[in-house]
Amino acid sequence: MAAVDAVIAVEDLRKVFSVPVRDAGLKAAARSLVRRRTREVAAVDGISFTIDPGEVVGFLGPNGAGKTTTLKMLSGLLHPTSGQVHVLGHRPQRRERALLRQLTLVMGNRNQLQWDLPALDSFELNRAIYRIPPREFTQMRDELIDLLDLGPLVHKPVRNLSLGERMKVEIAAALLHRPVVLFLDEPTIGLDVTMQRRVRSFVAEYNRRHGASVLLTSHYMADVRALCRRVIVIHHGRVLFDGDLAALGARFSTDKTIVVRLPDLDAAMIARLGAYATVLGTEADSVTLRVPRADAPGVTARLLSELAVADLTVEDPPIDDVIEDVFAVEPP
Amino acid sequence: MTGPVVPVAAPLPEEGRVRAMARLYATLMRTAVVEQFQYRASNYFYMIGMVAEPVVYLVVWSTIARSTGGSVEGYTPGRFAAYYIVWTLVRNMNIVFTPYGWEERVRQGQLAGQLLQPMHPIHHDLASFAGWKVVVIILWLPIAGVLTIAFRPELNPTLLQGVVFFVAIWGAYLIRSLLLWVLGMVTFWTTRVSALYEAYFVAELLLSGRLVPLALMPGWAQSVAGLLPFKWTFGFPITALVGPIDRRELLVGLGAQLLWIIIGALLVKAVWRIGVRRFTAVGG
Repeated sequence: MAAVDAVIAVEDLRKVFSVPVRDAGLKAAARSLVRRRTREVAAVDGISFTIDPGEVVGFLGPNGAGKTTTLKMLSGLLHPTSGQVHVLGHRPQRRERALLRQLTLVMGNRNQLQWDLPALDSFELNRAIYRIPPREFTQMRDELIDLLDLGPLVHKPVRNLSLGERMKVEIAAALLHRPVVLFLDEPTIGLDVTMQRRVRSFVAEYNRRHGASVLLTSHYMADVRALCRRVIVIHHGRVLFDGDLAALGARFSTDKTIVVRLPDLDAAMIARLGAYATVLGTEADSVTLRVPRADAPGVTARLLSELAVADLTVEDPPIDDVIEDVFAVEPP
Repeated sequence: MTGPVVPVAAPLPEEGRVRAMARLYATLMRTAVVEQFQYRASNYFYMIGMVAEPVVYLVVWSTIARSTGGSVEGYTPGRFAAYYIVWTLVRNMNIVFTPYGWEERVRQGQLAGQLLQPMHPIHHDLASFAGWKVVVIILWLPIAGVLTIAFRPELNPTLLQGVVFFVAIWGAYLIRSLLLWVLGMVTFWTTRVSALYEAYFVAELLLSGRLVPLALMPGWAQSVAGLLPFKWTFGFPITALVGPIDRRELLVGLGAQLLWIIIGALLVKAVWRIGVRRFTAVGG
């Protein structure tokens, strides 16, 4: 049985998909008509964790690690193959009304709004779907419009909004029923930096105001740093790390990435850069280098003083790259 | 950084079921009306294009009637005109969410979004398309006017026929929506079912009164048609207005529609339950 106090309790959760297997060619195609071969793939392979009321947890892992599959099981879109999931005391796969009225799943790449109409019309629709009484609806709608700075946006047809504007409106629509469990799957994907920051500060504020629990997946480390004290890292469907974000950083992100733009970039210059740090990749006029975190200031200073640098940025390596590197030497 | 600063908010209070459903349908219908009026030009061209089919039938049957002494089985050119002009409205009322739409709905993740809502998604389709029908009826009136001037229909319905017709076109809409929903849900099991859909549409074409008024079909075909739903979504509403039809037949027709609505609703409920279980087992 799930922990009573936890908002989300997951115990030894597994999801196995049966995937068709077929060789290339006509012969194989003909054979598959008679006998279909499949193989079992465990997208989620025995994970356990709990999330408390009001906690904001980053859910990290490389593509295909099982994040979205887990979120779908948590929100009731997928039946687990085995193991237990409880959200607010309900088993999500039963899709009980009482639970659906209290959770939301926002997927950064999905659109649930009426494309040709102003968002206000979609808000009205959600009001009817979630049976929100007039007073509470108006209050919540105005709060969201204010917090997300939606102002005039809600009067424009959704198709006329930019990607970032649409995402903000999408988030507002998903929260009109004031859910206390939020599953956010890449909510800032494709957004510019300002818009990402806006979405982040909104999530933090919503969490503060309503005590909501948030499980967030993102490829942007900045999202995770701004919002999550705790992170769960999964890979190959298993939990690899569950704990403090600071501990994750120290453990995984030991390097820095330096992107240098050089007007006279050629093969000789690339070879020369190899003396400063590990060359990760090159583009038309820029090179991406990796250096140990401690060496980053020294290498940056040398690059700037010794080469004709047009532009230089120092950043943490993408979380996926860091995690992949760690996995390479530290199998799960 | 965030944490459990305030207690978790209680769920919002809930409106009563009946009031909420009425609001839901009103909102969805209004939304659909606004949306469809934005596409009034394309809607109109679509409807005008659709007129070609009954006009061909009408011209063919009128010619046959004239060449066989003025009528075929009691259908004069004027009655054929009435039949096929009313046909154009009934045909539009029969347009619902098709099985082909289901595949897209599943592939693009809209169904997953709907599964997260505390509402059966069929309400969305029923209400949206009903809203669209309001637009269609308004746009249809001038088309019917032009066809009336061109083909001079013989149409003298009684008040009762008018009332039954109005109820029957919505009954037809409901039956066809429910049955095509069931057909569309086959997508939960396989996406290669276009042959099945086509078989359904061919049977419907022949046994609904769309191609030929059922009164002109052989007796056995009429008996078979009476046992299937197609007649009650197409031929019956037209005949209810155009005639000849007596009071008993009108009531039997409405009764048959009610029966098919119940059958359709039960099928939707059962297949939906099994289908969603499958959908959530293999991938949302």
